[in-house]
Amino acid sequence: MRGLGYIAASILFVFGLKMLSSPVTARRGNLVSALGMLIAVGVSFTAMAQIRWVWLLAGVGVGAAVGALAARLVQMTAMPEMVGLFNGFGGLASMLVGWAEFHGAWAQGTEIHLFTRTAILLTVLIGGVTFTGSLVAYGKLSGRVRGKPILYKGQNLVNAVLVLAAIALGALFSIGVVDGNLAYVLLLGVVALSLTLGVTSTIPIGGADMPVVISLLNSYSGLAACAAGFTINNNVLIVSGALVGASGLVLTKIMCKAMNRSLANVLFSGFGAAAGSRGAGYQGQAHPISSADAYLILEAANSVVIVPGYGMAAAQAQHAVGELVELLEKNGADVKYCIHPVAGRMPGHMNVLLAEANVPYEQLVEPQDVNPTMETVDVAVVIGANDVVNPAAKEDRNSPLWGMPIIEVDRARTCIVLKRSLNPGFAGVDNPLFFKSNTRMLFGDAKATITSLVAEFKP
Amino acid sequence: MIVELNATTLSLLFFVFVLAMFLGVELIRKVPSQLHTPLMSGSNAISGITIVGALLAMGHDQSGIAVLVLSALAVAFATINVVGGYLVTDRMLGMFKSKDKDGGKP
Repeated sequence: MRGLGYIAASILFVFGLKMLSSPVTARRGNLVSALGMLIAVGVSFTAMAQIRWVWLLAGVGVGAAVGALAARLVQMTAMPEMVGLFNGFGGLASMLVGWAEFHGAWAQGTEIHLFTRTAILLTVLIGGVTFTGSLVAYGKLSGRVRGKPILYKGQNLVNAVLVLAAIALGALFSIGVVDGNLAYVLLLGVVALSLTLGVTSTIPIGGADMPVVISLLNSYSGLAACAAGFTINNNVLIVSGALVGASGLVLTKIMCKAMNRSLANVLFSGFGAAAGSRGAGYQGQAHPISSADAYLILEAANSVVIVPGYGMAAAQAQHAVGELVELLEKNGADVKYCIHPVAGRMPGHMNVLLAEANVPYEQLVEPQDVNPTMETVDVAVVIGANDVVNPAAKEDRNSPLWGMPIIEVDRARTCIVLKRSLNPGFAGVDNPLFFKSNTRMLFGDAKATITSLVAEFKP
Repeated sequence: MIVELNATTLSLLFFVFVLAMFLGVELIRKVPSQLHTPLMSGSNAISGITIVGALLAMGHDQSGIAVLVLSALAVAFATINVVGGYLVTDRMLGMFKSKDKDGGKP
């Protein structure tokens, strides 16, 4: 019976994920997946020799209350840090499962050997790294920790030593030459090392690379659950953990490709540490305009492409942008939003924000849909995006962005850039777009600027 | 209770693991980029499956207080993941609207 229940749960997870591939079925897919979880949990009760209601209700009650509150209260702009934090909780839960199982065996003097010990080790190691790595990612995304990479001399060496130490302790633990208390000490050592490693390996990664990092941590949280499945001999943990692990890996790969960087480069290079000192230091005359000038340009436009970036999220400008676009459409213009895969702080970040502002998803397109016909676009409006529209990626072989697929707004007839200042983006790379003859700079807070544009349109 | 893994069980579990990874890659590759955030929070909720492990650890016949504390903590964190993950994904997907329905009005 239990086996059948777990198989049913696994099938529901697979269907749920499959239904997530279309916006029409996605919401039902999520419910299907939740039903699978309900079955898996329900079936597990039949396997419990004793149900300790006080402990159970305490754990479930606190968890459900915190989870439900967080899910209801979180702002859409804060989704990346919340997903980051949840990843971490998943990793921590798996680590605790591995630990509890080992403790139980240790307390009763049960002998456990190579395979199971290795599974426990991996559960604790991956879970621990996921937990503290996610806490750092959460800190960076929510602004509690500086977003810039934190670098020091010999950093990669320190991390390498930590990894080697974890492997050494882990190997000693797994091969089972030590027993009982000493094995426990080794495991606690691995717990400490994994928690440390999660922090030290995430702090050198900059804010703009967070889409990659949270995708990777998402994968880790799945793999930790998977390792827990090996520990307790449970297929449903292995299948679901592997699905999540694969999902995170696919997203990681998509994000890396969209930035034309390797995963190793994202993780170890400290990209974006030296703000303003990279790139050619482009010289030239920027053309600042007022919102009244911008209104005149937009009022005359027949086709408009909006390119949102993290700046739109930071300024909470999505609703104002949605309103402006409705007015532009009433004015007879054809308007599309072009979303770069790494715009914002997590995969799909901009899509969620614009969905919140009631923008229909058909209006959101990808760079490859817009770039070929960019010459026919009257106005491209860049709202708080920077690196994803930086023409240096195509023009300057020495630029750190060289080769990254961008949204080629510089080829539109006119390009209006909404920005606070001429400062470079998070990657710290200067942007020659700002000095092009067809670029107009509209300085100021994105939300305030758009609101004043909306006011101009209203009679 | 930990059931010692032997080589046969291990290879069977590993077989399941590898196939599930391939299945996962094939499934996720088809998800369009506009749904990447809900995909992430939804798969995050699935990784809360570790709650099953936590419940089983809590339900062992003779669990000392330490095991109960560790597993209750595991249950709590996994529940945050499951409940929070599914609810927030539902909330997000509820906002995704098509043009046909109501012209994007709330």
